[in-house]
Formats: sequence, C-alpha cells, structure tokens
Amino acid sequence: MNYFTLPLEEWTNRFVDDWLLPVTGEFFDSISEGLRTFVDGVTDLLIAAPPELLVLILIIIAWKFSGKGLALFALLGSLYLGSVDLWEAAMQTVAIVIVSTLISIIIGIPLGILAATNKTMATLVRPILDFMQTLPSFVYLIPAILLFGLGNVPAVIATFVFATPPAVRMTTLGIQQVPADVVEASKAFGSTKWQLLYKVQLPLALPSIMAGINQTMMLALSMAVIASMIGAPGLGSVVLEGISTVNVGLGLTGGLGIVVLAIIMDRITQGLVRNNKK
Amino acid sequence: MKKIEVNNLTKIFGSHPQQGLKRLIDGEQKENILAETGMTVGVNQASFSVEAGEFFVIMGLSGSGKSTLIRLVNRLIEPTSGEVLIDGQNIVEMGKNELIETRRKKLGMVFQQFGLFPHRTVLQNVAYGLEIQGVKKEERNKRAQRSIEDVGLHGYENSYPKELSGGMQQRVGLARALANDSDILLMDEAFSALDPLIRKEMQDELLNLQNKLGKTILFITHDLDEALKLGDRIAIMKNGEIVQVGTADEILENPANEYVSNFVKDVDRSKVLMASHVMKKPAVHMADKSGALAAVRKMEEVGASSIFVVDKDNNFKGLLTIDNAISAYKSSLPIENVLIEDIHEISPETPLNDLFSVAVEAKYPLAVVENGKLLGIVSRVSILSGLVLGKKEVTAP
Repeated sequence: MNYFTLPLEEWTNRFVDDWLLPVTGEFFDSISEGLRTFVDGVTDLLIAAPPELLVLILIIIAWKFSGKGLALFALLGSLYLGSVDLWEAAMQTVAIVIVSTLISIIIGIPLGILAATNKTMATLVRPILDFMQTLPSFVYLIPAILLFGLGNVPAVIATFVFATPPAVRMTTLGIQQVPADVVEASKAFGSTKWQLLYKVQLPLALPSIMAGINQTMMLALSMAVIASMIGAPGLGSVVLEGISTVNVGLGLTGGLGIVVLAIIMDRITQGLVRNNKK
Repeated sequence: MKKIEVNNLTKIFGSHPQQGLKRLIDGEQKENILAETGMTVGVNQASFSVEAGEFFVIMGLSGSGKSTLIRLVNRLIEPTSGEVLIDGQNIVEMGKNELIETRRKKLGMVFQQFGLFPHRTVLQNVAYGLEIQGVKKEERNKRAQRSIEDVGLHGYENSYPKELSGGMQQRVGLARALANDSDILLMDEAFSALDPLIRKEMQDELLNLQNKLGKTILFITHDLDEALKLGDRIAIMKNGEIVQVGTADEILENPANEYVSNFVKDVDRSKVLMASHVMKKPAVHMADKSGALAAVRKMEEVGASSIFVVDKDNNFKGLLTIDNAISAYKSSLPIENVLIEDIHEISPETPLNDLFSVAVEAKYPLAVVENGKLLGIVSRVSILSGLVLGKKEVTAP
C-alpha cells in the first residue's frame, strides 16, 4: 500500500527539535517550575503530616460520604500501607492524583460548560477529547519528558491529558440533560445566561459532574501508576521495580497498595454523587 | 387598552428564513415552501390583539403553530418578521437587557409540563422570578407565600415538586407566574397534562383568580371545550395561520370557513351553556329584616306565588311559598320555621345538559348557589329557551 512516503516521524522530530523546544522551552520551563512547586508542596505536606492525623481525617471523610464500612476499610488499608512500609510512596501517588485531578477539574468543568452551551465550542472540543482518550498514553509520555523533564511534573501533565476528558464530557452531558422546559421556564422569567447557569443548569447537572469527577480521579490514579515509567515517584515505581527485578512479592505489595487507594477514592467520590442526587 | 398586540408575526424554521418569508409574502403555500426549500413555516403572518384584563384563548390542533406563537410573544423563539407589542413596546426590537426586564416585570408563563425546578422547594420555585430580580429574601418569600396561598397550596411550601401530584405541581407553576405581579400570563397548554377532573377544577380556579386579580391571559389549548369555557375571545389556528378570532358565540354561530365549522359542529351547545348563563336574578326576601307579612307583600309586588329567602349576607335560606307565609303570619311564627329547605341547589358551572333532567323532577325553580350564597335562579323555561336560543339571547339584560 505504500504509494507514497509520509515522513511523519521525521517531521515530528524536526518540529520538536527545531521549533518546539528552542522556541517554547522557556514557556514550558516556567509551567514546569510552577507545577513542581505545587506537586512537591502537596507531597511534602502529606509526608510531613503525622500519618495518624491523616488517617483520622480520612476515616472521618470516609464515614461522612460513604459509611461505616468504608471508614473501617480506610483504617485497615492504612494499617496495611504502614506495615509494608509504603506509606510514603502512597502519599507521593496521592499527591500526583490530587494535583492532576484538581487541574483536570479546573480546566475540564468550564470547558464542559462551554461545550454544552456553545455549538462551535462543542464541535471544536469533541475531536480533541477523542484524541486525548484514544491516543496510547505512552505516546505522550515521550514529549512530556522532553518538555517537562523527568519526575512528578510530566506525570501530572500526562495524567491531566488522560484524565480530563470524562470531566468535560460528563459536565456537558449533565447540562444537556437538564429538561428543556425547565430551561425555558428559567428564561421566560427573565434569567440572564449566568443566572440560568448557576441557579438551574449547574445544580441539576451536579450528579453528572460528580460522576465525571469520580471517573477523572480513577483515571488519574491509573495514570499516576503508569507515569512511574517517566520517573514519577510513588506506588507505581514500587511495582515497576518489582517488574524489572522479577520480584513478584514486591510487585504484589505495591499493587495491593494501589488497590487500597483506588477503592477508598472511588467510594468517597461515589458518595459525593449519591449525596447530590438526593 | 391593548395589552398585547401581534402584527403580521411570522416564524420560519430553516436555513434561510428570509427567502422563505419572501415566498410566503408572495402568496406561496407553506407546503410548497417546505417541498422546495425544506423550511417549515411555524407561524404565518398572525395578527391579533388582547385587551387588558381579557382572557384570550388560542385554539388549534397539534402542529398548528400555537405553541410556537406563544413563545414568539415572549421571544423564547426569535420571530422571523412582524411585531409583538407589549404595552405598546415592540419586544422583537428590544435589546438583551430590555427583553430580560420585560420578561421579569410584564410576562409570567405557565408550561404544559410545568417546568418546575426539581432542586428547589415549592417556595423557592415560586420565589424564583423575584430572586433573579434581586428582591431581598424576606420580601420575596413574603410575596411568594401570598401567591402560594392564592392557588391553595398553603402548607406545601417546603415540599419538593416531585412530592406533589400533577395538579398540585401545576398550581406551583401558576403561583410562580403570579408571584412576579406581571399583568400578563402566558399559559401554554397549562392544563393539558392533567386528568379531566383536576383539569376542570383548575379551569374554575383560574377563572376565579382572573376575576380577583384581573390579569390579561393568553391561553393556548388544543381542546375546544376548554377554549369555549375559558375564553372571552378565541382565536382558531390552523397550519400556522389564525383562521378566526371571535367570542365563543361568534365562532359557534358564524364559523369563518369550513375548517372551523367542521371543528365546532360536534360541540353540543347545551354543554357549553352553564347554569350561570341562563340564571335570572330572583326576587328575594331578607329573612332577618322583616316578617311574613312583608314577604307576602313582596310576592304580590312581583306577581309570584313563592319567593327565595336569604339572610343579610345573601346566604341562601330556602323557599317561602305564599301559603306557608300566610299560615306563618296567622300563627305568628317566624318565617324560618316554614321555609322549604330541600330546594335543589346547583352550582353556576353546572352544564345545561345536566339541568334538564333535574328540572323535570323539581317542583320549584332551581337555586344557583355558590359558597352558600344565592346567585340566581333557573326556571324550567330558561333551561329550554337556553337550549334553543343560545347564550347571547338569554344573558342579554
């Protein structure tokens, strides 16, 4: 089938080497610097805080948003993480998840609102989201290293790319699902666009938005693990070490830690969804 | 005074509405335009006006463009051409802020599917219009409370819409439209989603509210009976055009064309006429003011052998025949003791059809009573003449 040769590989490399890095390098450096401060700050805070205090807070949150069962699970899970000496690694992973989820939400929700209320925006956003969701994550791990170096900053960026689409999509979906007659009623009584948005559309879209946040967080966790390949610290790097040294025990220990985190995060955010449906 | 005036209002849905408009003005049929350009004519050069305090009904089958028309009036749908004057101001040419202001101050709306905010309580729903105007919480809750009481929903302020029945939800919708104190109510098939009994109840209450509050109402319906019952005037729509505007009688008597006459031919005139249309003001006797002798004198004066008795608040007491009055006078009893109290009482909304069988059995005229007050009487003669002559003749003074 090769009727002609498409030098995409060469073009891309030339684009990256001759233009992207020299011209925008400084710009990305400053983003990188800002993000590093942020992620490191959160990581340091989580590691420096007494684990007992964090576990207590976690148990209270789990109890409030989910129930007794999860509170108990959070206690046992934390005891497990401590007993296999993975508390610090877990906190590093949590920091990456928290920061990238925050960024995903801060950018994703307004984007979702725009896509729901503006047709041009919708046609623009949709292919980008498709692209972000279907492109194999390893593909953008490479440029992430080039632009942001190794460590937790490219991990946050890659995680952001991977985890933002559900936040955008579920926000759009939630707003579009607000019944037309309710929107009409709001307009008929003289609401401005803003009033329509924050008094009617957003409150009614909240369960859907919350479900989006839940999805985003889960994706962020899975990506934070994969990002250990580009030097992100945390539970992922423990598993990676297990793989590269064929140490099944170490792999399982780290893997279980990830499962513990996943269950706690999932149940808490699902609790948020339920609370908002009531 | 004209509250709403609609002139040559047209709405064409499609990619090039102005082209469609040109064809339409050139007299082309809307079917043709649809076939050749793919554009749908929603409303075709509609003109009508609604007086202040008038109950104006737009009646049409589904697809006739009536729901589009009512949304053009408050510009929920942008008109293609024409004008809509609200209190003399053309809403079509208003800027964004002016439009919002007009919707807030002058136009209330009630929706077929209620359009209530599911995340807000009844009180918060009703206060919504005031809230977005920036009215202080205390003040807006007070005003919302008043309109909640107007529609009889007292005690449900803190319920959520999904906890209420359909009829009650629509009361919330009505209260929400009333809370703004706008002069105009736009009602889009407001009662069509309700079951027949609730529907009738709501119609009656709406008429009461209209009497009490004097709103100008633009009401959309597909139900001819509803239109005839509610409307001071009725506009009949077909294919986006208004084919006839007139009172119920004008439309029943002189249908503008075959379409309208086909429409109204099944209307049983007696079903439309109600007791209140044929009732007459009776000669009455005030029970607590004077005794039997005065009653006899009154009967002589009006040339009747019986008289209806009320108290000073017009509460209906019963019927006094001349024989009973005389015997009461002779034995110096108070007339209350000799009143015939099992008089057939009917409500003013009783259809004439139903009265017919009642009147055959009744010995005396029927008393039209509402909330205990005597409004009028219906004799057998007026039932029959009502059936023959129609509403206009019998109600003429």
